[in-house]
Amino acid sequence: MISLPIINFSVIYPEIIILVTAIAVLIADLFIKGDRRAPISLIALAGIIMAAFAIHAQWGANVSGFSGAIIVDNYALLFKYIFLVGALLTLFLSVWYLQREELFSGEYFFFILISIVGMMILSSSNELITAFLGLEIMSIPLYLLAGFDKGKLRSNEAALKYLLMGAFASGFLIYGIAFIYGSMGTTNFDEIVRALSSDSLDTDPLILIGISMIVIGFAFKTAFVPFHSWVPDVYTGAPTPVTAFFSIAPKAAGFAILFRLLTVAFSPIFVNLSTMLWVLAVLTMSVGNLIALTQRNIKRMLAYSSIAHAGYILVSLAIGTSKGTEAGLFYLLAYTAMNAGAFGMVILLGHKGEDDLTISSYGGLSRRHPVAAATMSLFMFSLAGIPPTAGFIGKFNIFSNAISAGFIWLAIIGVINSVISVYYYLRVIITMYMKPEADSVTTVTYPPSLLVAIILAAWGTLHIGLFPNGWLLFIRESVVGLYQAL
Amino acid sequence: MLESFFPILILFLLATITPAVMLILPKILAKRESDPVKDAPYECGIPAEGDARERFPIKFYLIAILFLLFDIEAVFLYPWAVIYRKLGVFGLVEMVVFIVILLIGYLYVIKKGALRWQ
Repeated sequence: MISLPIINFSVIYPEIIILVTAIAVLIADLFIKGDRRAPISLIALAGIIMAAFAIHAQWGANVSGFSGAIIVDNYALLFKYIFLVGALLTLFLSVWYLQREELFSGEYFFFILISIVGMMILSSSNELITAFLGLEIMSIPLYLLAGFDKGKLRSNEAALKYLLMGAFASGFLIYGIAFIYGSMGTTNFDEIVRALSSDSLDTDPLILIGISMIVIGFAFKTAFVPFHSWVPDVYTGAPTPVTAFFSIAPKAAGFAILFRLLTVAFSPIFVNLSTMLWVLAVLTMSVGNLIALTQRNIKRMLAYSSIAHAGYILVSLAIGTSKGTEAGLFYLLAYTAMNAGAFGMVILLGHKGEDDLTISSYGGLSRRHPVAAATMSLFMFSLAGIPPTAGFIGKFNIFSNAISAGFIWLAIIGVINSVISVYYYLRVIITMYMKPEADSVTTVTYPPSLLVAIILAAWGTLHIGLFPNGWLLFIRESVVGLYQAL
Repeated sequence: MLESFFPILILFLLATITPAVMLILPKILAKRESDPVKDAPYECGIPAEGDARERFPIKFYLIAILFLLFDIEAVFLYPWAVIYRKLGVFGLVEMVVFIVILLIGYLYVIKKGALRWQ
């Protein structure tokens, strides 16, 4: 026998469940034809729920597998929950939309599931090459999803743009990994910590170049300014449920690896990286919010707002302590709920073809459909950070932690940005309640699957906002193990 | 350490000088006469018909991509076959899983009609 790496599939069985489900979806799509294909989404749903139970069973574990390349701890498991919730919400958002736009096919769910597998590997990776692998498994289905509306020029443009930018970013990432390996001789996070803490006095410039390039690679996925140029076009061009998925899951995956990489693996030299993150956070918040002010298309506005929200989470990353990470993860959780809800409302209020997605098309919505208008307002209030919603608690957590960690200016800039953002979120509410009626609001149908997604998102937004303690404890439980070894 | 690269330097110089000489000598020595036959892509072959940059059906592209995909995946069988005995049952099971996933892909391609030439 030659020496094989230690392979224990038991540590990745939630991933395997999702993978098998994805293949089952693909086979089912081959044999079920035409209009009877709706049950395919149920297979995907069953797989996601089974994987969630598998993760629940793994909760509290702290094991590594594949010769230390994969680690399963509560931190990774929390992120896997977030990805599965994101996939679940996307599933409910998609079914009716795909039927309306005549796009329904099994491949759609296959891509979503495979992408989730990549994200789960990314959040579990304890080694740079595995992280790269996870990122690629995640990204390639995303490129295809962006161009899923094959008949539309905008969708094709989105796919091509995302593919080219994504491939370029992967180049940065792999080049950075090469620098790290060249200067330290390892790609394993545990060994990186050891190597860095032993000779922290004279930090090799190659290490700094390497880690910066790795951050750039992931920053493309999480859309930090100045690596955000693809976001508005891709978010506008992609089918709306796909846009919702883009703004939730890949962003969370990017942050999953960034928190682990920067605040754990590179913790001995985090002081040198903090300034870079500070600048990135300020740029991301300010540019995202300022450009969102002038947007007329709702999807484009939400695209810039999602950039701005990544900036708020970056503030918590720049803090670099376990408290900061907790605040960041809490915000990510709140953001998942409220952003999925906002996109759900965009789908609900849209019409076939989606040629008119301007904010002004929501004029006078409150008179004809008061419940829809109220729900949309809830998500807008939450995104703006107004109590008693999840967005308020999330922002409060991040900024109060930034102040207690000594990042006073960062907190001040963040709060100013938060105030700027209120303008464009409130504009949607003002259009709905105070403007004359637009023609497009007269017919709104309420499909049950979409309502499930919106109700789930609304429940999350309100529950996290009103009873944050349980959620905070849940996050503390998942983060505490991450920093124990340091 | 750099001494060990000395043969490569010699090879590099040779590789630069030889083609340079071969390109420059004809310019000085050869006579230049041109006629339509001499300028054709294949001077002593079948006369060329039309331009090489022609439009052709996109199906060729699909077939080429599918060929590449399955061909590359088949290449993975070779290293496995070389150390098959050393890997034992574990290697066999892994390879069966791999082939099954490959087969599902093949089934998908056939069912979707990607290989139908209509």
